[in-house]
Amino acid sequence: MAQIVYEGRQTDLLPGETVLDALLRIDPSVPYSCRAGLCQSCLMKATRGEVTSKSQVGLKASWVSQGYFLPCVCVPDGDLEIAGLGNEIESTSCRIESVERLCEDVARVRLRPDKPFHYRAGQYVSLVREDGLSRSYSIASLPDERLIELHVGIVSNGQMSSWLSSGEVVGQTVSLRGPLGECFYLPEDNASTLVLIGSGTGLAPLYGIARDALRSGYPGQIALYHAAKSTEHHYLHDDLSQLSSESPSLRYLPVTEQAEGELLRRIMGGEHAWPESRIYLCGSPTMVNQLRKKLYLLGADLNRIHADAFVTRAK
Amino acid sequence: MSVASSSLYDMLGGASAMQAAVDRFYRKVLLDDRVSHFFDGVDMDRQRAKQIGFLTMVTGGPNNYTGKDMRVGHKHLVDMGLNDQHVDIIIEHLGSTLKELGVGDEQINAVAALANSVRDDVLNR
Repeated sequence: MAQIVYEGRQTDLLPGETVLDALLRIDPSVPYSCRAGLCQSCLMKATRGEVTSKSQVGLKASWVSQGYFLPCVCVPDGDLEIAGLGNEIESTSCRIESVERLCEDVARVRLRPDKPFHYRAGQYVSLVREDGLSRSYSIASLPDERLIELHVGIVSNGQMSSWLSSGEVVGQTVSLRGPLGECFYLPEDNASTLVLIGSGTGLAPLYGIARDALRSGYPGQIALYHAAKSTEHHYLHDDLSQLSSESPSLRYLPVTEQAEGELLRRIMGGEHAWPESRIYLCGSPTMVNQLRKKLYLLGADLNRIHADAFVTRAK
Repeated sequence: MSVASSSLYDMLGGASAMQAAVDRFYRKVLLDDRVSHFFDGVDMDRQRAKQIGFLTMVTGGPNNYTGKDMRVGHKHLVDMGLNDQHVDIIIEHLGSTLKELGVGDEQINAVAALANSVRDDVLNR
């Protein structure tokens, strides 16, 4: 008899039961609706054990690869350990190795994890200071690089960003919660084009994704748009110009947003075949939500739009 | 809800046809300013999944929705002002989606009747 462990509590899967039935015995407040694998209300992540392929039908490839599944249509062969959305996160302690200004309001922070920290290029973490203050940042480095690189947007009066960019933090310990998010390169990708669109420090994950795709031998074209308020804020201009001159399939497209809608105009001018493209959107929630809707209406496949909006949130 | 032996759902091609139909339907709804705000959630992926559930139900595909689910699932929309006119518009978009997929008027009327059968639950009355 398969055992189901959810948030540290355990129950046996009875004959004829789905995982959702078992979960509801552990916690009657588990969300669900259609009980037919359609509405995705009961979406959860298996942290240990094998879920059935039937319970992953219709989910985005980026979710499937992380173990997300639909408990309402899952009858597993073996034991499962399950985490609800938002509770699947681990914590890793890190030493701050270096802090360096990339432009007026962006700092590059490099961290050394105490133990192996497994992530995919493009995911994000929640950085937690000793006193509990926490903020989310995207990872710009690649998993096999020794240090974890974050691009920190320096916000005026921002508690975390002023502390991080002060230069006095090198050698201090912070913890990283994560990795989180579904913005990462999928090696089995058959999309004809990757369109990476970021504003501000939304460039960080895209820098990771682009390099991951190039290194994995992605056969298609990669277009990387970076919107910023001025030329000076295209803070990886030299690195990306060089990378694109070495890699013919990568186009680096800096956009200076002096007029409203400039980014959208540039993207439209790119004449991308939206239904065949995989799209990554990283930046403010407003930018991400507007572009996602716009590109979907232009024919993009919603299952191929990956977005993690940066929500600025005080704890 | 029972599943008829030869439902429109099966005739259209089952689950994979719903994946194709949902994008026609969801785009129509998002482009219609009269109702788009009910669907314009931050999480479009989850919204799209809910539309698949809806299309599966109204075409007679396998589902286990109950009246209670319909009430709970739409309560926040009713609080936002969802009313009969909005339901009419959704059923209209549903009809034109099915028409584009080559479904005949008689069957579209049957689908509309099925959608109408949950109207009171959806509107929480």
